[in-house]
Formats: sequence, structure tokens, C-alpha cells
Amino acid sequence: MTPYFLHGARIVTRRTEAEGIYTFVLQFTDPAVRQAYRFAPGQFNMIYSYGVGEVPISIVSDPAEPALVEHTIRTAGRGTSAVTRWKPGDILGVRGPYGRGWPMEAARGRDVIIITGGLGCAPVVGVINYIFRRRDEYGALHILHGVKTPSDLLYRERFDLWRRQPRTSVYLTADHPDKSWQYRTGVVTNLFDELTPNPAAIVMMCGPEIMMHYAIRTLRAKGISEDSIYLSMERHMKCAIGLCGHCQFGPRFVCKDGPVFNYTAVKPWFGVSGV
Amino acid sequence: MLAKPRLQDLLDALGQRGFRVLGPTVADGAVLWDEVRRLSDFPVGRREQQQPGRYRLEPGIDGEIFGVVNGPGSLKPAFFAPDEPLLEIERERKGFRVREVVPAPTRLAFVGVRACDLAALAIQDRIFLHDCFRDTHYAARREHALLIAVNCTRSAATCFCTSMGTGPEAKHGHDVALTELDDVFVATAASAAGETLLAALHLPPASDEIIRAAHERLDACARAMRRHLDTAELPRLLYEELENPRWDDVARRCLACGNCTMVCPTCFCHTVVDVTEIQGKVSQRVRRWDSCFSLEHAHTHGKNFRPHVRDRYRQWLTHKLASWIDQFGTSGCVGCGRCLTWCPVGIDLTEELGAIQADRRQRGRQ
Repeated sequence: MTPYFLHGARIVTRRTEAEGIYTFVLQFTDPAVRQAYRFAPGQFNMIYSYGVGEVPISIVSDPAEPALVEHTIRTAGRGTSAVTRWKPGDILGVRGPYGRGWPMEAARGRDVIIITGGLGCAPVVGVINYIFRRRDEYGALHILHGVKTPSDLLYRERFDLWRRQPRTSVYLTADHPDKSWQYRTGVVTNLFDELTPNPAAIVMMCGPEIMMHYAIRTLRAKGISEDSIYLSMERHMKCAIGLCGHCQFGPRFVCKDGPVFNYTAVKPWFGVSGV
Repeated sequence: MLAKPRLQDLLDALGQRGFRVLGPTVADGAVLWDEVRRLSDFPVGRREQQQPGRYRLEPGIDGEIFGVVNGPGSLKPAFFAPDEPLLEIERERKGFRVREVVPAPTRLAFVGVRACDLAALAIQDRIFLHDCFRDTHYAARREHALLIAVNCTRSAATCFCTSMGTGPEAKHGHDVALTELDDVFVATAASAAGETLLAALHLPPASDEIIRAAHERLDACARAMRRHLDTAELPRLLYEELENPRWDDVARRCLACGNCTMVCPTCFCHTVVDVTEIQGKVSQRVRRWDSCFSLEHAHTHGKNFRPHVRDRYRQWLTHKLASWIDQFGTSGCVGCGRCLTWCPVGIDLTEELGAIQADRRQRGRQ
């Protein structure tokens, strides 16, 4: 069978997270596909909508419950603009899961620092939920999140919820705050004034590359080793199986070698313009 | 030993075995792969002149069948189709039904495959058959193909296969190899299928003298190759030269037309699009060749990662000669020279890499 084959999946529920951001719970219509399906945090599916095309979307639900697959999608390009019309009962095409996810084994027993920027950042939501469900297995959890303006801070309640979890701290900052903003001002790296990371901590990041670039610099200065830093990359993808060539980043294919990379695997190309 | 007129017997034998036989034929002022039934379908008595940005067919040597080294078409489109449906998706009252579009089984025989193109095919096999996923559409056509190679006894001015270790003699992946002499071919079987095929022709053995003459022609061809590419220090060299000013220089000449990627026998980039028929009942997922020179190639929502021609030329050359090695354990270049010939402004990758290498040596001395 062609690796491009799509399996039907029914939308079970739809939840609006914020304007233009929706979470869909999907269930494969074929019981055999449903039973065989397994995934890891940080992996993604290709999601097809009839007559429109496919988009790579990361999985945010827990791998312990693979029968229901949850995706948070922000309407952005052509592929995702159809999302607003999706409703419970609709059938989508799904193939996956693809890629390498977050290093949940390597993180076990260590402090975890999560750094994100911009809107949404679904790839790390799965990790955060994963850790909360296995709270004893991980050390302190620090969530650092930077936005351009306060209106970019989606799911404010979710950050409040996370903040109340055991051994968890949440740090927020905005480049351009308004009067209502009660958190820090400036770029995400400024947040390290408040946080002295354990040098043995593991770091997971996603967001704009420029943000990750500066975050890595700060982390290194704080004594975190390069091989303790993981990041989720985003590139144009058509196949998700390492064949279409679009997602290349240096010698890496973001779809099959990533989307989560150890920093050392992408370091020579990271921050080089036009790669 | 195969007397030249008896090449017809080989074509007939392939036809009888159910193969569609393809060979180099003259079309639109160049040589292209097409069906061959008679020897006169080949570009007999012709040679071509190739230079960066230039291709001309010219009168050659009377009776020479494989005098033209190559044309813009490699074997690539025969297996990795430029445009083909992968899935057909039929809309139903609730949802849709997905059906794989299975390519019709084809038995293709290619007569006149050059060593560089065999090497390129091995690279495409590595990508489409032996990577993480097996591409069933590629496999359906590739599985039954029969390859009759022709060893090169002359090279075009754009050829540099000796630098890439791929030619002029066919090494792997073919079923039969032919070396053309004045009146005869030396025919060598290189697979079980090739042996069966040649056995059916009841060929007389070639004399030592003939075999020696064939070797001499191949050696002479290799010695006469003037264009070279220095592969030492690759891939590291290009990784360290991402900011070399030569990329700006070549970007001023490059039209970003993507011709080089279309004629390249190994370039595999493609896109997959939805093509919906007019009534909206059936949609196909269609795979189409794409090029890293297109502006869309590295475009994600809100950001284009390679907005400049410099970025895109650098991506192509760095991929072809460097990162390909990390990805697939082989260079992506086989030295066929097509990207030079078919570049409308005659950009020569051996010259571009050479300039970067020279610049590096210069800096090293300072």
C-alpha cells in the first residue's frame, strides 16, 4: 500500500480554544486502524480535508490513550482555513504518526524547562500534559512563554491552571505589553533573571527560530549543556515520509529526523539565514 | 560479440518477452527516450555538442548507433513519474472512500542506458525503495525494468562522471552492457535476465583483440574527460562555506528556473496536490515534480525560509553535493552534466564548487 494512504477519522468533539484555534478529538473509523495506532508526544499526523489537501499537525493528547487522537489547529494558511468549517461527525483523512517526538525517557527524573514563543505552540502542550499525568517521574517543571503583545497570549486560563500544579512555575512575558499586562516585559530570555536553572535540567523548546536561537545562548550561559536542549522545528511539508524534499534543514529532514531535534544535530545550520 | 545489424535481434527479443522497448531517439533537436522498434529509430550517425547552456545535434560517424551521449531526459521520469495520481478519494454522504491508484504494470526495457544514469537510478532506488518508506508507485514500474547499458566511448564536454566514480563504464544495476566498436558491439551479461537474453541470441564469443579494443576505447574516453569536480572534503567543505560570497555571485546569474532540477536524474523533490473533478465527487491526490528553486518550496504559513535566489541555489548545490551524502550515503551528483547543458545561462556546478574551493585555499594561505 502506498505510504500516502489516508485513513478516515471521525471528529468526535470540537472545542474552541481561542479565536481561530480549535481542538479536535479524532477517532479512526476503521477499528483495526484504531487498535494498531500508537504515538509518542511530539509526533504529528498528516490531516487531510477533502478537496483541500493535507497539513502536518502535532498530536497534543496523551499516548496512553491512543484510541482518541487530539489535535489543536490554528487557522493560518490555505490548508488550515477549512478547519473553521469542521464539525463533530465530519470525516477527515489521517495518516501518521510521523517523526521523532520529545525525549520523555531522557527527561525522566530531571527538571524540565519548557520555552515557547508566539501563538499556541501545540507541540509542547502535549509534553506538559504528559508530565502532569506522570508528575512523580519528573523534577521541577518551568514553563517560560513569550508573546509579542498581550492579545497573543492564548489560553490564559491554561497557564493559570498549570501554575497551580505541584512543583511547577510559569513565567510569562510580552515584548509590547499594554496596561492590563501583569507579567514581565521583554523577550523570553529576560525571564532567566527570575529562574536559576538546575544545570542537569532538560530543555524543550518550540516557537520562532530567532527566539530559540537567543534562548539557547542564554541557556548555555546558565550552564545547560547543548545536548540537554531539544527543539521542535517547523518547515514546509508535503509527504511527511522524507521523500518530498521540502522540509530539509541542512542534511536533516524535519519530518522524519525531527520535528524534535537535539540541538547538537542542527547546530551548524541553526540561525543561518536562508537555510 | 554482437554484429551491429543484430542489435535488431535484441530489440525483437525484448519485444517478444513483452517489454516496451525504449531507446534514445531524435526529437525536437535533441535526444529523448522513446519507443524504438528498428535500428533507424536510434540517432544513427549523429553526435551532439554540449556546452554549458548549449546543445546541438550534429552529423557524426556513419553507422555509429550510440554516438550521442545523452539528452535532457534521464531514466527518472520512467519510474518517478512527473505527474501521477496516488489516491482517488470519492466523496460519500458521510465522509469519503479512499482508493489507491495502482499504476498499470509495465515492463520497460531501456536500450542505451549510460553508466551515469545507472548510478542515478541506484540513487533513486535508495530514496524511493530503501529508505524508511517504500514508494509503491515507483516500485511498480521499477521492479520489471530491464536495462541494456551502453558503455561510453566518447564523452560530452559537460561530462564529469570519472570525478563522481560513476562511469564511463557501466558498473552496477544493468542487465546487459554493450560497448560499441566500428562494426560490432561487445555484449556482456550482468544479471540472470541479461544472461538469458543474450543466450537466446546465440552470439559468437568476442575475440581477445575485440575485447582489448573495447577496453581501449573506454580508457581513452575516461582519459579524454576534461571536466572535473573535486569531491575531497565534501560534505564538510560546503557546510563550512554557507556564507561564501560566491553564492551571491551565482545568484546574480541564476534565473531560478529550476531546469537543472528537472533534468537532474536524481532530484526527487515533489509536491502533492488535490485535483478535484468538476462535479466535486472525486478528488485525486496527485504527486508532481517540484523544484527547490521555486519560491513556494520553503514557504510555510507566514514565512518563506529561502526567499532569495542565493538561498535556493545554495540549497540545491549543498544538497546535491554535501547533505545528500549525510542523508543517503552517496553524493546526489553522478556527473552526467545535464544541469550545465540545460541551464539557460550556462551555470556550471563544477565551476561554482571550484570557485568556492579556490577561495578557501586562498583564505587558507592568508
